Amino acid sequence: MTADLGYGMTLVALGLAVYGSIAAGAGARTGRLALVESAQHAAVGVFVLVTTCFALLTYAFLTFDFSVRYVATNTNLGTPFYYRITGVWGALEGSIILWSWMLALYTIILIVRHREGARELYPWALATMLGILAFFLLVMTVAAPPFQRQVPVPADGRGLNPLLEDTGMITHPVALYLGFTGFTVPFAFAMAALITGRIGDTWLALTRRWTIVAWYFLSLGLLIGGWWSYHVLGWGGYWAWDPVENAAFMPWLTGTAFLHSVMIQERRRMLRLWNISLVILTFGLTLFGTFLTRSGVIASVHAFTQGSIGVLFLSFLGLVLLSALGLVAWRWEAIRSEGELDSVVSRESAFLLNNVLLVAAAFTVFFGTVFPLLSEAVRGVKVSVGAPFFNQVNIPLFLSLVFLMGVGPLIAWRRASLDNLTRNFLWPVALGIVAAAAAFALGVRSVLAALTFATTVFVAVTIAVDFTRATRSRLRLGESLLPAMGRLLLRHNRRYGGFVVHLGILIIALGVMGSHAWSVQTETTLHRGEAAELAGYRVRFDGLTAVEESNHLKVVGAFTVSNGKPLGVLRPAKKFYPQEQAPIAYVDYRLGLREDLYLVLGDFARDGSQATIKLQVNRLVSWIWIGGLVLTLGAALAILPERHKSA
Amino acid sequence: MKRLWRWLIPVAVLPVLALLAYGFKVSPRDIPSPLVGRPAPAFALATLDGSPLSLEGHRGKVVVVNFWASWCYPACYEEAPVLERNWRGYRARGVVVVGVDIQDKREAAEKFVADFGLTFPVAQDLKGTVSVDYGVYGVPETFFVDRKGQIRVKHVGAVTDDVFRATVDRLLAEPSAP
Repeated sequence: MTADLGYGMTLVALGLAVYGSIAAGAGARTGRLALVESAQHAAVGVFVLVTTCFALLTYAFLTFDFSVRYVATNTNLGTPFYYRITGVWGALEGSIILWSWMLALYTIILIVRHREGARELYPWALATMLGILAFFLLVMTVAAPPFQRQVPVPADGRGLNPLLEDTGMITHPVALYLGFTGFTVPFAFAMAALITGRIGDTWLALTRRWTIVAWYFLSLGLLIGGWWSYHVLGWGGYWAWDPVENAAFMPWLTGTAFLHSVMIQERRRMLRLWNISLVILTFGLTLFGTFLTRSGVIASVHAFTQGSIGVLFLSFLGLVLLSALGLVAWRWEAIRSEGELDSVVSRESAFLLNNVLLVAAAFTVFFGTVFPLLSEAVRGVKVSVGAPFFNQVNIPLFLSLVFLMGVGPLIAWRRASLDNLTRNFLWPVALGIVAAAAAFALGVRSVLAALTFATTVFVAVTIAVDFTRATRSRLRLGESLLPAMGRLLLRHNRRYGGFVVHLGILIIALGVMGSHAWSVQTETTLHRGEAAELAGYRVRFDGLTAVEESNHLKVVGAFTVSNGKPLGVLRPAKKFYPQEQAPIAYVDYRLGLREDLYLVLGDFARDGSQATIKLQVNRLVSWIWIGGLVLTLGAALAILPERHKSA
Repeated sequence: MKRLWRWLIPVAVLPVLALLAYGFKVSPRDIPSPLVGRPAPAFALATLDGSPLSLEGHRGKVVVVNFWASWCYPACYEEAPVLERNWRGYRARGVVVVGVDIQDKREAAEKFVADFGLTFPVAQDLKGTVSVDYGVYGVPETFFVDRKGQIRVKHVGAVTDDVFRATVDRLLAEPSAP
């Protein structure tokens, strides 16, 4: 009953989306506004239907309606209340419905925001959005239907993947998908620009804030994913270059490149082709990521189940890329830029280099991700490239990018004079060198760590120099300090929002560097009463207890921790779910600004007399999450409407 | 026509698409079992209704050893009717289907057998020794044992009619004496 109702609504939504897409396109071609309006109504209808489907599925989860196959597969009578809600998007079918819902939501916002302003571009953008939405609704009806009847109705369901029973699972997919789907809007406007031949700057201006929003959510999704990996998976890391992570990271890299290259087009009328290509590439990569995680083509720790969906996604990816790039070829003459590069020492070239590095990073990640496939196709051997490849290639790229973060915002447009360079960079470079020397004096012997430290200090000082100078000039106008700073941030919110985001990235870079360079770990087996020592910590094994939870059995270890003074008891556990082959680790930790103490319970004797533990002291990891908060503030600042057109 | 080369831009994505399409042909999870081609490990269990069940007792027949569990939804639910259907169809020709229920509660297993009306012998592997001997990684997994007692095919995931028939027909066509 529920299944049939939901399926029916999905079909109607699909029909409406297809109609709306065609009507908007026809309206744009013929100039008949009635058609465009009709398409808008269709879009509202789709949104209402998809929202209802989502609510219906949630209701089925909450009421244990096992007559719906997807519910039976992803929940059981022991699944706690809030994981029944997050379970809605815990697997393939639900993730597609969440995706569709967000696309529909963005479509509505697009209608509300741009209906009046952009007469020429808007109908085509709407047609593109609805076309893409129609594809996802097609997936929902054909390849991954969340509403499918289950006969006979099982007495109990299979249960959610236990790894997903975590609060990170509430926010991580939501943020990530808001990012992924968010890039559809800039893509839709880029398509509108290509179709109408209005390849000027209007589409960029229209999509600027959209891009920041999408970029921000993607960043947030990546960070929450890292946090989830760190505190759930129990291997002590937050990033493993797994294909699924790479799938989200690639559009982030090209999206970041796009965020920067638009500024050059706005100022200098350059890089039109490049910008259009970056948008196409970014959107293509979001689709590629979806394809990768759902087709089963490449093995990964957290891929979704597989099915015919892969073929459908690949076909759509092909269709999107071929038609978008076909449009680019068609409009070739119109896209070619007017401006030219005046000097190598200029802001344009700093931004250009930033773009080249970001795209190069995206390419290496892509190459590393599909390498197993390439190797099997060409040589017939299954090989994977692991973290060493990605790290070796990307660390120099990222370090250069951080360096450019200091150069780009301050160097002059067109051609930087020696005066401009010394005025802006003398102090930052000097303090960067001092920082490296100080690090060396303090006993840091890792060249990479010292270099990262020096570069981050350099960038931080450039930001401080710029901000102090701007504040001072306001002080000279008679404002007092705090209002001057506040007004500066708000007046030039885009510039300073960007700076705050840069600060966030610097903090994250320090966290990544610290955890790579200075983390230590040990693995050992302890008898009851024995203690292990690591980096000044003493961890004593006090025994095991078994706890019966609603849907699993938990074996909890008790470990008394001290570092000279007592620090309390850590209780890592192993969780045994009936539907899983292997037990799931439950990590316990003490987070700190300087270091985290991180404890994983391994094998243990059944009588509780001994246990194997993995003990880690992870340095500076907390700064990654703090950097994420700073980045959030910066993005919020940058999104605020501009009050004052900065010259 | 000048500038025909610009149409090479969209064409450039075709090799990438082709590579990804190739990915459908190969499975990244295919890991061959070392047991294929070796003698099937012997076992002696009791069926749910109490009669003895051993591999030895079916020597000379094609034996299909299926590892399952009642909590293994949906794959085991999909293959249960397939196994029953083919057991009925092939039993007269010297084929036996043996169900080994692992990590399960007895009532749940009995309900599963009743729900699907399974008539082939089903035993619970209470100590888990049989599934360890067979290197079972997850359920369902199915081992096709030939008339000489050698494991010939290991199938991971739900067994389909096609897989069952093709494999069993091939094993039946072989001579039984060495």
